[in-house]
Amino acid sequence: MSKPKVAFYWCACCGGCDEAVLDLAEGVLDVVEAVDIVFWPVALDFKESDVEAMEDGSIAVTFINGSVRDSHHREMAHLLRRKSQTVVAFGSCAHMGGVPGLANGFSLESMLQAVYGDTPPQPRSRVNGHELELPVLDAEVSALDRVIPVEYYIPGCPPMPGIIREALGQLLSGSPPPRGTVLAPDKALCEECPRRETKPERLQVSEFKRVPAVAADPEKCLLAQGLPCLGSATRAGCNAVCIEGNMPCTGCFGPTSRVRDFGAKALSAIASVADSNDAQEIGRILSEVADPLGTFYRYSLPASLMARSRK
Amino acid sequence: MPEAFEPKIVAIFCNWCTYLAADLAGTSRLKYPPNIRVVRVMCSGRVDPQFVMDAFANGADGVLLGGCHPGDCHYQEGNYKCLRRYELLRRLLDQMGIEPERFRLEWISASEGERLRATVDDMVAKVRALGPLRLPEEVKAS
Repeated sequence: MSKPKVAFYWCACCGGCDEAVLDLAEGVLDVVEAVDIVFWPVALDFKESDVEAMEDGSIAVTFINGSVRDSHHREMAHLLRRKSQTVVAFGSCAHMGGVPGLANGFSLESMLQAVYGDTPPQPRSRVNGHELELPVLDAEVSALDRVIPVEYYIPGCPPMPGIIREALGQLLSGSPPPRGTVLAPDKALCEECPRRETKPERLQVSEFKRVPAVAADPEKCLLAQGLPCLGSATRAGCNAVCIEGNMPCTGCFGPTSRVRDFGAKALSAIASVADSNDAQEIGRILSEVADPLGTFYRYSLPASLMARSRK
Repeated sequence: MPEAFEPKIVAIFCNWCTYLAADLAGTSRLKYPPNIRVVRVMCSGRVDPQFVMDAFANGADGVLLGGCHPGDCHYQEGNYKCLRRYELLRRLLDQMGIEPERFRLEWISASEGERLRATVDDMVAKVRALGPLRLPEEVKAS
């Protein structure tokens, strides 16, 4: 029997998700043993035309990382959708829009102006007699499932090796999980946090602090120390690596299945611990959360209820 | 000729104070514009920021939250929880390009039918002046 065909692709990404697959270390050999990798731009020399030549539905599982940012990403997403039985949104960017999705806090025009000034790249140009074509930027960044139907999600920026291994096992087993499942534990990070015991019964913060401004106690609950840790709103499964590094959770695994809008829920969790009943004092305490949009939607603005700023 | 713009305002009122104020405004035959759609929750502390965003994303031009005055919450301090979320949420909504007049929190007790009327009057006028938000079209177009 031939091995199931698997493909990996990247859209608007940093390369970290492909790196994460290699982080399986020798485990990657088991993957190669179990499947036939037919397309993987970062590692193997297959071309777009090779994918086009495949029969529709001939790829068992395609893992797409990165958010959808331009016409070429759209084209590739549609092509791979047609060729694949199952598409998995891999990593925060494909799952929720990710860090590139923060661009949705601004208009495309204002960004092009800030980056290129008066000479933004042209979709078509002639150089030395050659006609050159560039992908056209979308007006906004999208999560993968706003562009094509997606069967599963693997969260994380980037996903952890354990999560990837578990997901691969589930997908290649005879009984795949229900469509739409996020392939990670469906509980909050706080539940598996190594500092859980130090979280006070009644969590109250009278002063929020920014990460670079303090040397955090390496044992105590970070939120109790006034660092806006989003662990209470974020899905578990990362082994609390940021917490282990004495950094607060920024929410890359996204919400649990009970939450529709991650940022709204994370904001709710952080605002609720402000230790005052007075409007002015509450305002003062929360003013230390200097950039609510960037803090609560760091990975999920395009997948949020409002999707982007109107500014 | 295009129809005059009538703002849609989602009003989320607590069961014990502001909802009763709306009731009182009704039985007192106070007149205010029919632009608000009232949703009753047991306490303003129940208002999840997702409710507010969902309302905007589905076509609300404004969202009005109503709860008991400080110190009067039926559940002791639910309204303070609402206040804390409101303080951060209004800043987030500002970053999202939602004008501050479109999102408002008011304390209105069960006996303040007149205050409810005045609040609704004022908010409807301000949102009408801003014009429609049209978020659903924008979200769908994305």
